[in-house]
Amino acid sequence: MTAMIEVTDAKKTFTMHLQGGIELPVVSGVTFNVNPGECVVLSGPSGAGKSSILKMIFGNYRCDSGRIGIRHRGAVIDLATAEPRQVLNVRRSTIGYVSQFLRAVPRVATVDVVAEPLIVNGVSRADAQARAGELLHRLNIPERLWQLPPATFSGGEQQRVNIARGFISDLPILLLDEPTASLDAANRAVVVELVAEKKRQGVAMVAIVHDDEIRHLITNRIVDVTSFAAAA
Amino acid sequence: MVDQAALENDEPLLVAEALSKSFGRIAACRDVSFALYPGEVLAIVGESGSGKSTLLQMLSGQLTPSAGHVSYRMRDGITRDLTTLGEAERRFLFRTDWGFVHQDPAQGLRMAVSAGANVGERLMAVGWNHYGRIRDTASDWLTRVEIDTARIDDAPRTYSGGMRQRLQIARNLVTEPRLVFMDEPTGGLDVSVQARLLDLLRSLVAELNLAVVIVTHDLAVARLLSHRVMVMKGGRVIETGLTDQVLDDPREPYTQLLVSSILPP
Repeated sequence: MTAMIEVTDAKKTFTMHLQGGIELPVVSGVTFNVNPGECVVLSGPSGAGKSSILKMIFGNYRCDSGRIGIRHRGAVIDLATAEPRQVLNVRRSTIGYVSQFLRAVPRVATVDVVAEPLIVNGVSRADAQARAGELLHRLNIPERLWQLPPATFSGGEQQRVNIARGFISDLPILLLDEPTASLDAANRAVVVELVAEKKRQGVAMVAIVHDDEIRHLITNRIVDVTSFAAAA
Repeated sequence: MVDQAALENDEPLLVAEALSKSFGRIAACRDVSFALYPGEVLAIVGESGSGKSTLLQMLSGQLTPSAGHVSYRMRDGITRDLTTLGEAERRFLFRTDWGFVHQDPAQGLRMAVSAGANVGERLMAVGWNHYGRIRDTASDWLTRVEIDTARIDDAPRTYSGGMRQRLQIARNLVTEPRLVFMDEPTGGLDVSVQARLLDLLRSLVAELNLAVVIVTHDLAVARLLSHRVMVMKGGRVIETGLTDQVLDDPREPYTQLLVSSILPP
């Protein structure tokens, strides 16, 4: 089977110039693959570098060395060395990212926030909104809120809008950073279902999940991040 | 059709090669190179005096570089060096395929003529001559920038700062340019007006697939609008990359200082 994500010997260090140039090693020697239809969960204590690895795979953090191989439109592209426009292309058609918090855009209605990733990939506004509505409905966001911008919603509601936005597209890779953190049991179950559906569609996923029960329900394989601890 | 568009998007629209500008012994801008593609938004950030406005003026053909070249792919598909364009050609480019949004709307508008005429004028410059169509299109654009069409016959000097800026944007976009330069477009506005303007710019840029070079000292503006960032200091580009990469994982000491100086929301 051909991997969707191939991380090889990736390394990340922060140099804090404002603190006298302190070097803050984050991770090194990060190596793992993710196949289609598989959900890999990154485990390890807070500060071990789980989120950093996710951000490196998304091209949000740069790597000092190593390789982030992503299967994009049939070819492998190394995000660690890709040009900005290539990274944007990969994000548009290959990698989706569900962050912990919704970065709300003022004035845009919830249904459009959710529909946007489909619209940029050429789906008609009406179809995209219809699919956004279905997902919002499944995630128990009442219809009367759909036309409002999510900025004023509660933390849990924003999180669900964020999840809807992340799961709406048909991208072959999904990165999930604590998708169930502020959700109640009913909505956590919906997320578990959504992940299972993505697996059946062959989507490759990397997730950070602290909740043991959820982790147990969605994971195919656990990658222990402490083994990538960078030598201080 | 789709393939044609993809092909089109694969060639840069604007290319800067080793641009430098000196004023006497002062080097305002040193050795700046980049390529801008259709639909791409590039933010140039840095403090006052870092050379960002000088760079913008060179890119838009308003200032002749001391060294280096700027070339632009014209609508006929041929890429030309700006210095080889005649004055008339350059002015035509400015009236049709380019826009320039100034920080001070008074610089980009004619303050004493009506809002409708401000927008319509650009259409007449490209040969429109049917009064009814010009007025309809102008009125359409006022609506798109959220100006009440009842104000179409009022001069912008009677408008608020935020309205003036939106009118300036309408005037620039009415000819469907492919490239728009923006110099601190939200600069003189208060915060609530800024948010509305940014939001409007963001949707127009995406909808019209505009390429934009925006100069700003406000990193929040860069984050919301741009795909790529160039950080300038002392006339040089010290760091460049994907906007979220540069802002979330800044490498250079000066960029780290800029990012850490943002007040949390």
